[in-house]
Amino acid sequence: MSLLEELYRETIMQHAQRPHNFGPLEGATVKVGGHNPSCGDQIELYLKIEDGRIAEARFTGHGCAISQSSASMMTDLIRGRTLDEALELERKFKAMVVEGEPPAPELGDLSALQGVAKLHARVKCATLAWNALEQAIEEARPS
Amino acid sequence: MFDPAAVKRDFPIFEHHPDLVFLDSAASSQKPRAVVEATVRYYEHDHANVHRGAYGLSMRATEAYETARQRMARFLGAEADEVVFVRNATEALNLVAYAWGLEHLRGGDEILVTEMEHHANLVPWQLVAARTGARIKAVPLTAEGRLDLDAFATLLSKRTRVFAVTQMSNVLGTVNPVAELAAAARERGALVVVDGAQAAPHLPVRVRELNADFYALSGHKMLGPTGAGVLWGRREALADLPPFLGGGSMIEEVTIERSSYAPPPQRFEAGTPAIAEAVGLGAAADYLMRLGMENVWAHDRALLEYALERLDEVPDLHLYGPRGADRGGVIAFNLGRLHPHDLATALDERGVAVRTGHHCAQPLHRRLGVAATARASFYVYNTPSDVDRLVEALLEARKFFADWL
Repeated sequence: MSLLEELYRETIMQHAQRPHNFGPLEGATVKVGGHNPSCGDQIELYLKIEDGRIAEARFTGHGCAISQSSASMMTDLIRGRTLDEALELERKFKAMVVEGEPPAPELGDLSALQGVAKLHARVKCATLAWNALEQAIEEARPS
Repeated sequence: MFDPAAVKRDFPIFEHHPDLVFLDSAASSQKPRAVVEATVRYYEHDHANVHRGAYGLSMRATEAYETARQRMARFLGAEADEVVFVRNATEALNLVAYAWGLEHLRGGDEILVTEMEHHANLVPWQLVAARTGARIKAVPLTAEGRLDLDAFATLLSKRTRVFAVTQMSNVLGTVNPVAELAAAARERGALVVVDGAQAAPHLPVRVRELNADFYALSGHKMLGPTGAGVLWGRREALADLPPFLGGGSMIEEVTIERSSYAPPPQRFEAGTPAIAEAVGLGAAADYLMRLGMENVWAHDRALLEYALERLDEVPDLHLYGPRGADRGGVIAFNLGRLHPHDLATALDERGVAVRTGHHCAQPLHRRLGVAATARASFYVYNTPSDVDRLVEALLEARKFFADWL
């Protein structure tokens, strides 16, 4: 299997072409923007946080298949999680795509992005939504 | 005309990456052995600080540095005392924007740029405009990707104090009629600042014939090392320009209260310069002058024409930029609805290196109606077979990403 086939798996292609949770979120309690200045990819992440849990997560923006599918799967995965659980998922996702560690089982479909670790040029695409998530959680936490 | 396959053998990078199809010279060119060796030779034989030491070695270093300046002067058709060494075109443009702009711009003044400027010839003017109250206006583009000359004539007014324009677009490849535009702008009393980062490496430049006041270039895009570029200034324009960075080497006499400044070009070269890089840049200019800049341009043009012809065969490929003799060896493109980043990964898998993104020209991409493009750019070491490899890789990518078209 070529690197290309390893990366652009069915799961990723489906999420990128028909992203889940795409569109603004009415009643969001926190909204943050993220962008990748080197390529112009952009994301707006909307979270509705209730009782310390992410009740809903949606996103808008534009970008490549990697950044879009990552955002799509992430917004699926973090729904219903506490903020600490979401941050733990972020840590595990980054361990996979940045450090090249094997995917943690909790990452589910996101394990399809593990090939990114071999393509340094694409790591920033995969982490764009997750960096926005980290910032959103920081903003949402009572200081 | 030269043989690009023979030229390619002068570039060690292709020995280490024999299958590499390098199509990103508009971002930074590769370096011929002559440039690498000139830099190493300088460090091994001649290095000391310049313009200071009362000893032989320092004299040798100074001579090497000043010889590089003379070579760049010859390359540009200028005099050596009009050649200021800077880090790159970005620094050159910031130097002019700050040194001239902060001194001369006032509220209500206008800075005329174009929609195709690289951020390097836009953001410095925004910074200076914010501090002076000047306003920025931009010459729009035609649908083909040329400057709208009628709009230019309308936008140019007595309030226009600066006209900042690129000689060649880093995305569309468009070569602008700078001499004509500059003459009109100067007639209105505007300062003309030309971004030559893309043009200088690829076509013969005689700066005096451009009617410009300042001309900026980056050495690393013209076979030279990173960290050395040139700001050329018309002698009178440089003489009137206050210093940008203060420090050693740029002064005449210093007291605790004040200083008097050295004449150009030293006035603009505070601190120890990038001596070895400048020496390398001088060697790069020599290398290009041996090839002949007319030949470099003819080579780029021939390769561009061949590439456009071959790329027209690729279904779903959208090409940007004008068709005509006023176009250099740069091709921005998109394949169907596929994001250029995904496309570039597929091309990279087949050894074809292109750049993707907005290429530091976001307003231009906004005008094109896309967030990003992929871009192939050619230089002296590219051959028709590189174009063939690009076309093959695009056809393969098209098959792989069939669902996206």
